[in-house]
Amino acid sequence: MNPQAFIDGLIAGSTIGLGAIGLTLAYSILRFANFTHGDFLAWGAYLTLTVSGLLGGLAAGLGAPVHPFSFGWGLPLALLGGAALTILLALGLDRILFGRLRARGADVIIIVMASFGASMALRSLLEFIFTAKPVYFTNALQIAKPLGLGMRATPDQLLVIGMTAVLVLGLHLLVTRTATGRAMRAVSENPALAGVYGIDVAQIVRITWVIGAGLACIAGVMAGLLVQIRPYMGFDLLLPLFAAAILGGIGSIPGAMLGGLIIGLAEAFTVQIIGAEWRAAVSFIILVLVLMLRPQGLFGRKEA
Amino acid sequence: MELIAYAAFFLTVAMTYAIICLGLNVQWGQTGLFNVGVAGFVGMGAYVSGALTTPETIDRIGGFDLPIVVGWAVAMAAGAVLSLAVGLLTLRMRADYLAITTFGIAVALQLVFQNAESLTGGAFGMAFIPRPFASMQGEAIVFNLANLGVTCAVVLVLYLLLEHLARSPWGRALRAVREDEVAAQALGKNPVFLRLQAFALGGAIMALAGAVQAHFIGFIAPNNYLPMMTFQVWAMLIVGGSGNNRGAILGAVLVWAIWALSAALISELFPAGQQARAASLQIVIIGVMLCIILLWRPQGILPEIRTVSRHLGRRNKDQ
Repeated sequence: MNPQAFIDGLIAGSTIGLGAIGLTLAYSILRFANFTHGDFLAWGAYLTLTVSGLLGGLAAGLGAPVHPFSFGWGLPLALLGGAALTILLALGLDRILFGRLRARGADVIIIVMASFGASMALRSLLEFIFTAKPVYFTNALQIAKPLGLGMRATPDQLLVIGMTAVLVLGLHLLVTRTATGRAMRAVSENPALAGVYGIDVAQIVRITWVIGAGLACIAGVMAGLLVQIRPYMGFDLLLPLFAAAILGGIGSIPGAMLGGLIIGLAEAFTVQIIGAEWRAAVSFIILVLVLMLRPQGLFGRKEA
Repeated sequence: MELIAYAAFFLTVAMTYAIICLGLNVQWGQTGLFNVGVAGFVGMGAYVSGALTTPETIDRIGGFDLPIVVGWAVAMAAGAVLSLAVGLLTLRMRADYLAITTFGIAVALQLVFQNAESLTGGAFGMAFIPRPFASMQGEAIVFNLANLGVTCAVVLVLYLLLEHLARSPWGRALRAVREDEVAAQALGKNPVFLRLQAFALGGAIMALAGAVQAHFIGFIAPNNYLPMMTFQVWAMLIVGGSGNNRGAILGAVLVWAIWALSAALISELFPAGQQARAASLQIVIIGVMLCIILLWRPQGILPEIRTVSRHLGRRNKDQ
C-alpha cells in the first residue's frame, strides 16, 4: 500500500472536517440539516476568486507567488473578503428564508426542504454566472517535497493541514472557554430555556451562521486551491460533510473534524485500492455503518 | 397533426412524473417522510425493468427478453425492498436522518448506474428497451396516443387505489402518526411500522414510474437520474399540494409545462453557445418557486382535503 494515500487523505479530510464543523453547529443550534451548506463552500471559493481578481486589478504585485507557496498575498486578503461575503450570503438566506420559516413555527422538515430548494437555486446560479468550466486560483506548478516514509506533499498542502489545526483549536477554545461558547451550547440544549435565562438567541443564531459560513468559505478556498473550483464542488462535498458530521456526533466540533479526517482517509485508501470511480460511495457506506452501529456518532450523546 | 403527437408525448412524460409524485405523496403528503433520493428509486426501477426486458446483450448481465409487465412488477418489488432497507435503517431516528440517508442512496445508486458496466451499461446507458405498441412506431400519432393511454391508465389505477387507501383505517393511522406520533402510539398504533409500510409503498410506486418512463423512451442513461429529478418532483408535489393526490397530478403537469416552456424560451432567447449556461436558469426558477411556495402557500394549489372516512362527508382543512 502506498503511504502517500495517508497524506492525500489528511488533506482532503481537512477540507471535509472544516466544512462539517459548520454543518454540525447549524444542525445542533438551528436544529436542521442544512443542504445549502455545501453550496456555501462553492460560493466561498467563487466569491474569493472574484475578490482576488478585483484586488489583482488594483495592485498587480499581490498576485506574485510568495515562496514557497503557489499564490501571492492577494489570496489571503481576498479570502477575508470572500469569507465576509459568504457570511453575508448565509445571513441573508437566513433572513429571507430560514428565519421566516422558524418564526412561523414551521416543521423542521419544511426548513430542510427549503434548504434543499435554495441549494439547487444557489448552485445553478453559480453555474449561470461563472459557467460550468473549472477555474483555478493559480496556474503556478508546485513540486511536492518528500516528507520521509515515501510520502510527499506540496507546501500548499502542508499549509492547509496546519491552518485547519489552528482553526479547529481556536474554535474549540471559543466554544468551551468563552461566554459566547457557553451561550451557544445552552441554545443547542434548549433554545426556549436559554432565552428565559437572558441569552440573546437571535444573536447566537447569527454567530452560528458567521462561524459556519466563514469556515465553509475557508474550506471551499482550500478545496479550490488544491483541486479546482467548479459550481458542483459544494454539492459533491455535501454527502462527505453530512457523513463526517454524523460520524463525529451532531454538535461536536472535534467529532466533526475527526469524522472529516476519517472520511478523507477512507476515500484516499479507496481510490488507491478499489479505484477513483467509487470514491463518492465511501461516505455513503460510512454513513450507513454509523447509523447501524452507533447512530449517536463517536462523540454524540444518545438522543431520545 | 404533429402538434397532437407532440402534445401526447408531452403529456405522457408529464404522467410518468405524476406517478412519481403520487409515490412521493404517500411518503411525504400522507406520512411526512422527507425523501431526498427520489431519483435513485426511479432510476432503480428503470434499470431493473430494463435489465429484465431488453434482448440479450453480449457485454451486459441481464437481457432476459421478458414481457414489459414482468419488468414493471419486478421494478416495483425492487423499489419496495430498497425502501424497506432504507426505512429500517433510519425511520427510528430524527426525521432529517432519513433525508440525509436517502440523499446518500441516490448518490450511491448514481455511481452504480455509472460504474457497474456489466449490470447497467455504464455511462452509455441501456438501449433497446422494448416500448409498448412498438409495432405502431411508424405512425407517431397513434403510437404516442396509445402510450399516453397506457400511462394515464396507470395513473388512474394508482389514483383510485391511493384515494381508497387514504380513506381506509390504514390511511387514518398514517395521518395520525404524522400529526401526533405520541397520541397515535397511545392508541396502540406502531409509528415505525406504519412509516415503514408507507415508505415502501411510495418507493415501489416511484420505481414503477421509472420503469414506465424507461419503456416509453426506450433508452436510459445514468444522467437521467441526477438530483435534479428529485428536485423537480418535489417542486411538482409542493406546488400541486402535498397530501392531495389530485394536487400531485396537477403539479406534475404544471411544473413539467413550466419546465418545457422555459426550455423553449431559453433556446429562443439565447445564442447556441450560451444555452447550456442559460439552462441553469431553469433550475434557479424552479428553486425560487419552491421556496416561495413554502413561505407563502405551504399547502400548494390544491390543499389537502381532510377525510376521516369514506362513510363521512368531506371537510376542508381550513374550515
